[in-house]
Amino acid sequence: MLLYKPMQQIVKVSQLTKQFNSLTAVNQLSFSVESGDVYGFLGQNGAGKSTTIRMLLTLITPTSGEISIFGYDLNKHRKEILQQIGAVIEKPDVYKYLSAYENLKLFAKLSGVKPTNKMLMDQLEMVGLASRAHDTVKTFSQGMKQRLGIGIALVHNPQLIILDEPTNGLDPQGIADIRNLILILSREMKKTVIVSSHLLNEIEQIATRILIIDKGRKLVEGTSAELFNDQQTILQISVANNDIAIQTIQASNWASNLLPERDGHIMVGLNKEDIPNFNRMLAASGVDIYSLQARHSLEDYFLQVTAGKQHVGTFTN
Amino acid sequence: MWEHLQIELYKVFKRPRTYLSFAAITALIGVIQLGLLVDGKEYADFVMADFANSFSVDGKILNGYFICYVILQLLLVHVPLLIALIAADMISGEANMGTLRILLTKPQSRTAIVMAKFIASVIYTLLLLIWIAIMGLFLSMLIFGTDDLFLMKSSYVVIVKESDVFWRYAGAFCFAALAMITVAALGFFLSFFAENSIGPIVATMSVIIVCTILSTMNIPLFNLIKPYLFTTHMITWKEFFDFKVNDANEAIIGSIQYPDKIIRSATVLAVHIVLFVGSAVWLFRKKDILS
Repeated sequence: MLLYKPMQQIVKVSQLTKQFNSLTAVNQLSFSVESGDVYGFLGQNGAGKSTTIRMLLTLITPTSGEISIFGYDLNKHRKEILQQIGAVIEKPDVYKYLSAYENLKLFAKLSGVKPTNKMLMDQLEMVGLASRAHDTVKTFSQGMKQRLGIGIALVHNPQLIILDEPTNGLDPQGIADIRNLILILSREMKKTVIVSSHLLNEIEQIATRILIIDKGRKLVEGTSAELFNDQQTILQISVANNDIAIQTIQASNWASNLLPERDGHIMVGLNKEDIPNFNRMLAASGVDIYSLQARHSLEDYFLQVTAGKQHVGTFTN
Repeated sequence: MWEHLQIELYKVFKRPRTYLSFAAITALIGVIQLGLLVDGKEYADFVMADFANSFSVDGKILNGYFICYVILQLLLVHVPLLIALIAADMISGEANMGTLRILLTKPQSRTAIVMAKFIASVIYTLLLLIWIAIMGLFLSMLIFGTDDLFLMKSSYVVIVKESDVFWRYAGAFCFAALAMITVAALGFFLSFFAENSIGPIVATMSVIIVCTILSTMNIPLFNLIKPYLFTTHMITWKEFFDFKVNDANEAIIGSIQYPDKIIRSATVLAVHIVLFVGSAVWLFRKKDILS
């Protein structure tokens, strides 16, 4: 029975908690994923991302809380819901003694579809493995295994795709391929994608909504636009003498905007319209400026949030 | 469930490791048959040494039925290792490869997954025993011919008429299948506790060795638990070759001396299978997949 019906909210997680003995891996986590989202799931190592994703896939039983997917309780409608989910969890492990074609066929059957030769070859074509369809997987590179893993995740045409660290172990070209594939899935095939990655710039380029968690708790959740306030930037300043420049800033009206140095650069949090005045102030004070760079990348934001410099909950629902 | 079983069997028989067992059985039986073909007379003289002065025997002692009995006595000690090689790898091997987590994200119930895997182990075990029957019984019959089966017990001699032997082998193989399925169930159960294959395989063999020692040592403390150890009952297949005698001390064709012993042993083995597999299902349904 296909349960999927067009709806706005694909995933709804409420007060999800998972405890392993005394360790609380996920703590009262709530979030939702809307139809068509590319939902970026961020957090440092051990933040609880993989545990949460495994709970969404019924690999781990929650200690408490509720998960509903496609509007149905995951606990009660596990089989029907999983028919509409494709997943790659960390490493793309498949049966190494079988060929790509055999792996795909086997998992297609397990996903509840009756695979035809054309369907399987089309899928392998999509992930760029058609020419190696009948080679055993043990001869594949990491990137090829990853592509096969994605092929397996998509073989039954699921509505929701969950990718946990899909770019692990891939070279730059492989990472770019996965990014493009996610964009195709989202924009052309209208799939909803949840993707966790430690490569923040990758998430930044593809995610429509982002959740950042730390120690199992939600820090912020929102759209890219909400998270990156265009008016709020971090200015990365490169000068001839940092000490003189810092003394100058501390003596100015912008003393409270000074942030800790990073990689030898002075960092100042500023509103966009203040940058010209700030620049003039530094120059007028005799500071030799090599460069001023306004940054509002996800990496900067992520470091701010996880370091506790952002008010937690600013963008939370 | 049927489709899942087909997939499990496909995976089992696509692995080169599976055929190692069949190759090992072929080699072992071949070596025994070759040895008895070349030096069989010396072996028969050695076996008959204690009886040589009591009576003489006409006909072929070293016939196919006798060879098969020797093979079964020797092999049924080693076959558990070959069974553990596959059964103890069923879950732990998937966890080790990382395929368990993909498998469990598919819309299949965990109970169905476990049962399909266990039934695949059972089919592998049965095929291995059928192969032993083909190599050990039928090939031996072909090479050594047939005659009455002459067996030396600790305090007596059993001569089973040629016409009365074959069904006893059928019964013995069926019972051996039950015993080996118990080994498969044990290996399968232990495979839930590890994320590599070696641990459960070694653990299965260790349990069998320890329980066999307990079963064979005649110490009062151990005698209390012996009836409950599956290893005590694994050798009950031999009971198929003991028959009842009439008042004239002649064998009653088609009889078994202690059928209740066979039934009791089969029941104990069946209970072990249910316990091992039931526990495996229960554990697997609750298991968090962290690998």
